[in-house]
Amino acid sequence: MTNFKIFAVTVAATFISLSAAQAGDAEKGKATFIHKGCYECHGFEGQGGSAGLRLSNTQLPEDGLIAFVRGTSGAMPPFSSKIISDAELSDIYAYLQSRPKPADPKSIPLLAN
Amino acid sequence: MTGPVDGVPTNRRNFLRGAALAGAAPALATIAPAQAAVPAAARPLPSALPPTAQRIAAEVGNPEAEGNRIGGKAGSDFMVDVIKTLDIKYTPSNCASSFRGLHESLINYGENKSPEYLSCTHEESGVGMAHGYFKITGKPLMTMVHGTVGLQHATMGIYNAFCDRVPVIIIAGNDLDAAYRPPGVPTFHSAQDINAIIRDYTKWDDTPVSPQAFALTMVRGYKVAMTPPFGPVSISLDAGIQQEPLSEHHKDLYIPKFTMPSPPAGEMGAVKEAARLLVNAENPVIIADRSARTAEGVGLLVQLAELLQAPVVDQGNRMNFPNTHYLSRAPGVISTADVILGLELSDFWGTVNAYSDNGVNGIGENGTKIKKNTKLISINASELITKSNYQDFQRFQPVDIAMPADAQATLPALIEAVKSALTADQKRAIEGRIEKAKKAHADARNRELQTAAIAWDASPISTARLCMETWAAIKDQDWSLVASEGNVSNWPNRLWKMEKHHHWIGRSGGYGVGYGAPASVGAALANRDLGRFSVSIQSDGDLMFAPGVLWTAARHKIPLLSVMHNNRAWHQEVMHVQRMASFRDRASNYGNDLGPIGTSIMNPDIEYHKLAESMGWWAKGPIKDPADLGPALKEAVAVVKSGQPALLNVWTQPR
Ligand code: HEC
Repeated sequence: MTNFKIFAVTVAATFISLSAAQAGDAEKGKATFIHKGCYECHGFEGQGGSAGLRLSNTQLPEDGLIAFVRGTSGAMPPFSSKIISDAELSDIYAYLQSRPKPADPKSIPLLAN
Repeated sequence: MTGPVDGVPTNRRNFLRGAALAGAAPALATIAPAQAAVPAAARPLPSALPPTAQRIAAEVGNPEAEGNRIGGKAGSDFMVDVIKTLDIKYTPSNCASSFRGLHESLINYGENKSPEYLSCTHEESGVGMAHGYFKITGKPLMTMVHGTVGLQHATMGIYNAFCDRVPVIIIAGNDLDAAYRPPGVPTFHSAQDINAIIRDYTKWDDTPVSPQAFALTMVRGYKVAMTPPFGPVSISLDAGIQQEPLSEHHKDLYIPKFTMPSPPAGEMGAVKEAARLLVNAENPVIIADRSARTAEGVGLLVQLAELLQAPVVDQGNRMNFPNTHYLSRAPGVISTADVILGLELSDFWGTVNAYSDNGVNGIGENGTKIKKNTKLISINASELITKSNYQDFQRFQPVDIAMPADAQATLPALIEAVKSALTADQKRAIEGRIEKAKKAHADARNRELQTAAIAWDASPISTARLCMETWAAIKDQDWSLVASEGNVSNWPNRLWKMEKHHHWIGRSGGYGVGYGAPASVGAALANRDLGRFSVSIQSDGDLMFAPGVLWTAARHKIPLLSVMHNNRAWHQEVMHVQRMASFRDRASNYGNDLGPIGTSIMNPDIEYHKLAESMGWWAKGPIKDPADLGPALKEAVAVVKSGQPALLNVWTQPR
């Protein structure tokens, strides 16, 4: 288990330097986010919930997102490049960054108190 | 049941009837006035010919009016006398021949009151209704099921009730007499020991073989079910003793008195030691799961928490602690605890340990959520009924003080022990915690509100929006949330103002899916009688196990607002299969769906609003635009207030 983790992190680190070359396509990213199953735990909007963290407007850099997806050994299962390519993850990154910023709850009557 | 052979009454029941005729039974205290009986020989033999008008009149007429044809009071009439002493208000059941004697007695002799028969379309629904009903009233219902096949249908509901420590009285019809019972179907539906299939997850069962034995069994069963830890009990009820008339042999029948048992409280030495640990702690944390059996239990927990200024984590298998109280806290607070008091925790191991489902080899990883030397105190009545086979007792967790006792019954003594153990210095130190606690509570609420705002306008509708629109629509009623599987990211418990015990009835216990719909109808029935407004967050996968309970709600005029969390999948399984695929380095095969094949409920989409409408509900949907939800809820609330059930089919985000 521990060995696997070290291996995964090394692999992930290699990817960091290779990725983030081109800006992704948000439209394509939306479709990939759904069809590769990211939405299942993170919500269609990447809003997060009881099964996954919020990803919309993520503070992570793009290569950080890719490294996480490849190397995670915590609560999220890893996705290798065999399942999802770096280019697809770049598109997903663009989709997540294109999500509208959440409103201040004070401006939403049902959340104002 | 068979006819006489060579003039000899071969049937045990005919024989007993004969005996009843021969011996006058005026002394039977509980027996109805003697009726003139039709001698067995005068009754017609079975015939394939169409019945005469006279015969039809005899079959459908009221036997009491024209004289008792069975030669005495029916055994099942006496059973109704017994049941009536226990003040059981309803019997949600699906009809079946093996309890036809009791059924007939309940609705005719017993005038269909206490208990009133509620028509169910599935035995699992009957048990689920009893489960939900108890959690509002604290009183058990009785459900009748057909021996073998009906009981087989009921099993998952019984397991849920067992895990959730909820009493249900199950009466399972069975035709024991292999020499005389009808051949064919009724014999397929009989067994030596029908209770065997549920013995691992009932508290007690019995097979009484006489009306008197039934009286003892019924009252004992009720008592066992109602002694904490509560749990289901089952009575296998022979068809013969239901149908046979009472005879001379039964002349001394009596109904034993029921006395409500007191719950088992913790031993005083252990209580004092627990108090000592708590008052000396710098960061005591209280965790409650099924601590509050009643509204009084909530008040006791508030008292204890305030005495210690200890944060409380409500794990939510009951409504234990008001989430508006400044000491209410999310589970993460235990990481700083030096003493943890666990009250009726269904999983103490899982409370203080972490488990990550991340094993490439299919094995998860264990971790800890607490500091190394944290002292653990457990008060838990469930330890009094540990069984072997089913694993509801969870992984073994060593603790420092173990009290196998009812938490609510132990709290008064613990509160007193804490009061007398506290020194003046400790009291001052404890008061110093208040401001920090208030700030932590306010900060946490602000964070929750910010999180709820994310994807507020999304379609499908976010679970936060679903819950907050619903909250806005019901918050001015005397409301009660009667089911929600928590898979709406737990928003009601995070943001609704849960202050009263009936605001939340907890979860299913055994996590057997299919609990939500019937439990919400059962709890709504209880709330109806108390004049309260019931609301449920109904998931799609849960509803499809036994949707017939919708009809039961309409049929018996049970008002309930059912707001669907329709994510069009058994979404937990969507994620499980996805996880497997990722670990195995494979892209998951979705077919034409939005989740791995076999996990979606789409193509075609189920029109739950039409399903509900077809069973007599007011319903609307599918609602996909969040802007449509508020107005639809307003309409639905008005319908429910008029006494009808209403369902909104809302398309939602997965979690
Ligand atoms: C089975 C559920 C599941 C699926 C499917 C899933 N995730 Fe996650 N994801 C999680 C969980 C749970 C976490 C939190 C992990 C942790 O704390 O270690 C997470 C965390 C992340 C993070 C880190 C966020 C942060 O701020 O630290 C990223 C990035 C991420 N996921 C991206 C993705 C992408 C992209 C996909 C699809 C290719 C995906 N996830 C699919 C469950 C999932």
